[in-house]
Amino acid sequence: MTEKKPTPLLDNLEAGPWPSFVKELKKSAKSPMVQDLLGVLERSYEDKMGHWKHGGLVGVRGYGGGVIGRYNELAREFPDAAEFHTVRINQPAGWFYTSDVIRTLCDIWERHGSGLTNFHGATGDIIFLGARTSEIEAVFGELIEAGFDLGGSGSCLRTPSCCCGMARCEWACYDTMALTYDLTQTFQDELHRPSFPYKFKIKSSGCPNDCVAAIARADLSIIGTWRDDIQVDRTAVTQYAAGGQIDIAADVVARCPAGCMTWDGRSIGIDNESCVRCMHCINAMPKALAPGKDRGATVLVGGKATILGGALLSSVLVPFLRMEPPYDDLKELIRAIWDLWGDHGKNRERVGEFIQRIGLGNFLEQIGLDPQPEMVAQPRTNPYISYEPKEGRP
Amino acid sequence: MGSMTVEQVAEAMYALVKECHGKRNLRATDLTKAMIDKIGAESCDKQMCKEAIRLLVDGGRCTYAYLGGSYIVLPPETC
Repeated sequence: MTEKKPTPLLDNLEAGPWPSFVKELKKSAKSPMVQDLLGVLERSYEDKMGHWKHGGLVGVRGYGGGVIGRYNELAREFPDAAEFHTVRINQPAGWFYTSDVIRTLCDIWERHGSGLTNFHGATGDIIFLGARTSEIEAVFGELIEAGFDLGGSGSCLRTPSCCCGMARCEWACYDTMALTYDLTQTFQDELHRPSFPYKFKIKSSGCPNDCVAAIARADLSIIGTWRDDIQVDRTAVTQYAAGGQIDIAADVVARCPAGCMTWDGRSIGIDNESCVRCMHCINAMPKALAPGKDRGATVLVGGKATILGGALLSSVLVPFLRMEPPYDDLKELIRAIWDLWGDHGKNRERVGEFIQRIGLGNFLEQIGLDPQPEMVAQPRTNPYISYEPKEGRP
Repeated sequence: MGSMTVEQVAEAMYALVKECHGKRNLRATDLTKAMIDKIGAESCDKQMCKEAIRLLVDGGRCTYAYLGGSYIVLPPETC
């Protein structure tokens, strides 16, 4: 085991009032790997540069993803952290566990790795941090035995993720967990055998609150919505008004981004045709308002965080799709996108960047979708859209 | 070229990976396009190429590597 080295710069990070990752690492510092990890980290702070490189050939046989090679360039000095690979494990949809399952996962990781975990990574997977190459197959074997599988990494479908949906949330417009499980099982090959130009993420949110931030992070965002009118409980509205916890005119009506609400001091009015499903009024008065009953999802494409290029928000592809098993229409759409992007996408080009390059019109034509007004951002103010305003409305 | 079996496509793919080793990294899509160009779309399609890649990787003759993107390469012990 490497001798414990002083870490004055890291110690300083523990001094503030906030939770510190250094403190958590030190709790696990009985592991030689973690002890050396702290040493490398201290050196990075001293040198003002990282000492890690990633990628390479590490993985389990047959899989092209799930393990990300991490190598320490100061291996002679910190031999126990020379290899510190990351293992991504496909999380249960909605991130529900029993305590037994968590104990099992932690036991596996203490037997074979550093013991450090990250519940959960940005993509949603369970992350095991710090494995040696020689332990990867053994970890994989035990995970499979415990009912888990590796998640995605590299140029493949990344582990689909979703909000807790109908399990805990009354706003869920479809069963996000069932869809995520189904897509994960259907696209096992695409998840484990990288065959795309770059990564592809699918995230599902049950309502437009979009708790998994699908619109900002996923190449394919599936966001719950409704087609009919917002449900209004008039008695509850009156109670909100009388209770005084909320100023309906100022906090709800005036903040409606579509300007589609009215309040005369006694009753609330909603022009549902103009509602943009922002959820603000429903969030503000959850006992009085609820999404409509004709529920499904909007499918959007092209979102991504900044990596090679800048960040993109997803754009509407299918304004409304009913989300019921076996989800054939959705799967057909996904395959059509993969087919086109797979054939013509450049290396490390996300699907949103690909659409920007070839043009949305060409993309739609190639995947067999007709253009629809909902695909246009702000159609009422877009000079290319002919729009007849309703009387009395802007 | 007449119709080919998945095993024959896998052999042709393996030869290409070997030929490109150390010169150029190949993605799954590069291999698929190369095979369809070489063999012809009437005798070899994407599904067949997918199965051929599976055969090579599961058999240990090729492996995936992450080199700024996911590529199909020869396993280090055979290089």
